[in-house]
Amino acid sequence: MEEAKVREEFEPVILAFCCNWCSYAGADLAGTSRFEYPTNVRIIRVMCSGRIDPTFILSALAWGADGVLITGCHPGDCHYVQGNYMMERRFAFLKEALSQLGIDPERLRLEWISAGEGEKFAALIRDTTQRIKQLGPNPLKAT
Amino acid sequence: MGEEEPRIGVFICHCGINIGKVVNVPEVVKYAKALPNVAYAEDNIYTCSEAGLASIKKAIEEHNLNRIIVASCTPRTHEPLFRSACREAGINHYLFEMANIREQCSWVHAHQPEKATKKAKDIVRMAVARATWLEPQEEPELDIKDSALVIGGGIAGMTAALTLADQGFKVYLVEKEPGLGGNLRRLHKLYPTMQDTSEILEPAVKAVTTNKRIETLTSTLVSDVKGYVGNFKVSLAKNGEKREVEVGTIIVACGAVNYTPPKGLHQYGVFPNIVTQLELDELLRNGKIEKPPERIVMIQCVGARKGEIRAVDLAGFPKSDTARLLAKILKAKKEEGWPYCSKICCMNAIKNAILVKEKFPETDIIILYGDVRVYKEYEDFYSEAREHQVKFVKHIEEVTPEITQGPGQKLTVTAYDALSGREMQLPCDWVVLSTPLIPHKEEVILARMLKIPISPDGFLMEAHLKLRPVDTQMDGIFLAGAASGPKDVPESIISAKAAAARASTLMANKKMRTEALTSVVDEEKCIGCGLCEEICSYGAHYLEEAKSHTIAALCRGCGACAAECPRRAITMQHFTDEQVLAQVKAALMEEA
Repeated sequence: MEEAKVREEFEPVILAFCCNWCSYAGADLAGTSRFEYPTNVRIIRVMCSGRIDPTFILSALAWGADGVLITGCHPGDCHYVQGNYMMERRFAFLKEALSQLGIDPERLRLEWISAGEGEKFAALIRDTTQRIKQLGPNPLKAT
Repeated sequence: MGEEEPRIGVFICHCGINIGKVVNVPEVVKYAKALPNVAYAEDNIYTCSEAGLASIKKAIEEHNLNRIIVASCTPRTHEPLFRSACREAGINHYLFEMANIREQCSWVHAHQPEKATKKAKDIVRMAVARATWLEPQEEPELDIKDSALVIGGGIAGMTAALTLADQGFKVYLVEKEPGLGGNLRRLHKLYPTMQDTSEILEPAVKAVTTNKRIETLTSTLVSDVKGYVGNFKVSLAKNGEKREVEVGTIIVACGAVNYTPPKGLHQYGVFPNIVTQLELDELLRNGKIEKPPERIVMIQCVGARKGEIRAVDLAGFPKSDTARLLAKILKAKKEEGWPYCSKICCMNAIKNAILVKEKFPETDIIILYGDVRVYKEYEDFYSEAREHQVKFVKHIEEVTPEITQGPGQKLTVTAYDALSGREMQLPCDWVVLSTPLIPHKEEVILARMLKIPISPDGFLMEAHLKLRPVDTQMDGIFLAGAASGPKDVPESIISAKAAAARASTLMANKKMRTEALTSVVDEEKCIGCGLCEEICSYGAHYLEEAKSHTIAALCRGCGACAAECPRRAITMQHFTDEQVLAQVKAALMEEA
C-alpha cells in the first residue's frame, strides 16, 4: 500500500523527441483539439526521428530522465523517405544496450504518430506517464 | 557558441487568454529573467500582433539582444513571422527560437494551472539553453534555370505545360504513351455538363502541339533525375534512344489508372455482361448496347474503401439471414481493395445511369451503394438522376453482393438491403462495377527517382495536405492532377494551374535561397567510411579522396547522417549535438 502510494505521488520527468512533420504536429493537434494529458512530458523537436542520436537518449537517461519517448512518422510516411526506419534500427540496439547497462529498457519507448493523430498522442502520453510511474524514479537520478 | 556573449531576449505571450488563463505568465517572465544569458524578458498580450513585433524590435535595440525567444504557440505556424521580425531588426533569423507553451502546454493542461506553469518554465528554460548554442546561418543562393519538365501528358500535364509556356518558359512535356490525353482518351462524356470529352481534349492537344515553347516528347520515359532545384538534369529514353535535358523545375502529372478488378471479384471476367463504369462508358460510345436492357445494377465502391471492415450491428436483422450475413462478412475481409474513397465513382455512376436513361428510358437502373458522396454542384446531378427514376439502394457493403447467371442469359445480384436487413434478388442484364482511381505501378520508381515520399494510399505525397497541396518536400518539384490522389477534370486543371504558378514563381525570380538546415562534414574527423553516402536518401553526400562532402542544395536537413556518423564528424546545422543536448540537460536539471 505504502509503495503504491509513493508511486502514485511520484511525478516522473519524461522526454519526448518529436519529428517536425508528423509527431510534433500530432502533439500540436492534441493541443488544438484540447485533449488533456499529464504535464510530465517535455518535448524536444527535431526535423526527423532519423536525427535522434543514441547519445541523446543515453545522456537523457544518465542525467535522470525517468522515461524517454521517441516518436516519428509512421513507416512509409517519413518526410525524409526513410529516417524513421533508421531510428527503428537504433531503437532495437538501444533496448538491448539499456538491458546490458542495467537500465530498465521499459523506460524507452518508440511510437509512430501522424500529424492527424492528436488523440493518439494524448493517449500515448497518458499511458507512458502511467507506465513510468509504475517503474518508479530513474535510479540514476541521485548519482 | 558564437563569438559574442549571448544576450537572450524572452517574449512570453498571453495569447489573449489562451495561455494566460492557465499559465501564470508574469511568474514565467520573472523566472526567465533569472536564467543564464537572459538579458531581457517581458510578456505580451499577443506577441504576434503589430505591437508585439514592434516590442521585440525595440527591445533588441535597447537591450542589445542577440538571441530571441518567443514563448507562445507552435513554430509550425508562427515561426516565419517572428523570424522576419528578427531579420528586420538586424538579427540573423537562425538566432530565433520558439517555446511552445500553448499547443503543448496551456491547451492540454487547462485544469492543472500550477503544473502547467511549472511546465511552461521548463519549456522556456529548455529554449534558453538551446538559444545559447544557436549560430547565425547563411542561406545558400541558387540559380534557377528558366525551363520546366512536365511528366505526363494527360489533362493536368497539358494544362500545366500550357500555363508555363504562356508565361514564357520553355517546357518539355513527356508522355509515355504514343499520344497525349491520358485517361480522357478513354472517356466518352464528362459529368456534370455531359460534354463530349473531345470538346476539351482536342483543343488542349492542339494548343500543346502547336505551341512553340512546348516540346512534346511522346513514347518517352524519364529514366533518371539528377541535380536539385533550379538545376535538374533529366535523362529521357525513347525506344532505347537516350537524351538529357536540363530544367529548373519539374511538374509531376503522371495521373492515376482506373482499377480493374481481378478475375472473379464480383464475377468480373467470368460473365461478359459484368463491366466497369469505364467499360460501360466505352460500350455506350461505340453503340455496343443495341437492345434496351430491362435492368442494370451498378455496384459502388468495388475495390475502394475496403481497407477496414467496419462493425455491422447485427441485432436488428431478421434471424434467418443473420448466419449467412456473418459468414459473408468474414469472407469480405479478404476482399482486395484500396482503403480510400476515390471520389469520382459516385458521379461516374450517376453520369452513366443518366446516359443509359436518356437512350433507354424504360431501363430500370439500381445503384447499390454504401454512401453516396456528391458534393457541391454534384448534388443537383444526383437529383437529376433521381428525376430519371434511377434507384439508389443502400446495401450492406460488408457483404459482397453475389452474382449468379440466370435466368437464361441474365444475371442475378443477391445483396442485403441496409434498411431492412433483408436479402434482395435482382435479375438484370448488366452489372456495372464502380471502381476507384489507383496509383500507377511505375509511380514507386518515379517517386524513388524524384525522392518524393509516397502517401499511405500509394500516391505521391504533397509537402502539406492543407497548406502546401501542390508542393512536394523536394524544392522545385510540384504535383498536378491525380498524381497526388483521385481527381476529376476540373480539380486536375486547378491543381495543374496551381503547380504551374508555383514553378513559375521560382523561375521568374531566377534565384532562390534554400534553408540553411544542412549537414557539414568536418574533414579532420572524417575517416571516409562512406556510411553517410550510403544512408542519405537524397544523394547529398559523396566521397572524394576518402573524405565525405555535402552538396548543400541536395541536403534536406533530416540529420540522419549526423546521428549515424561513427566519428561524429557531421554537424547538422541548427540541430547540432550541442543544441539538442543542451535542451535535454535543461529539461532534466533546474540549474543546467
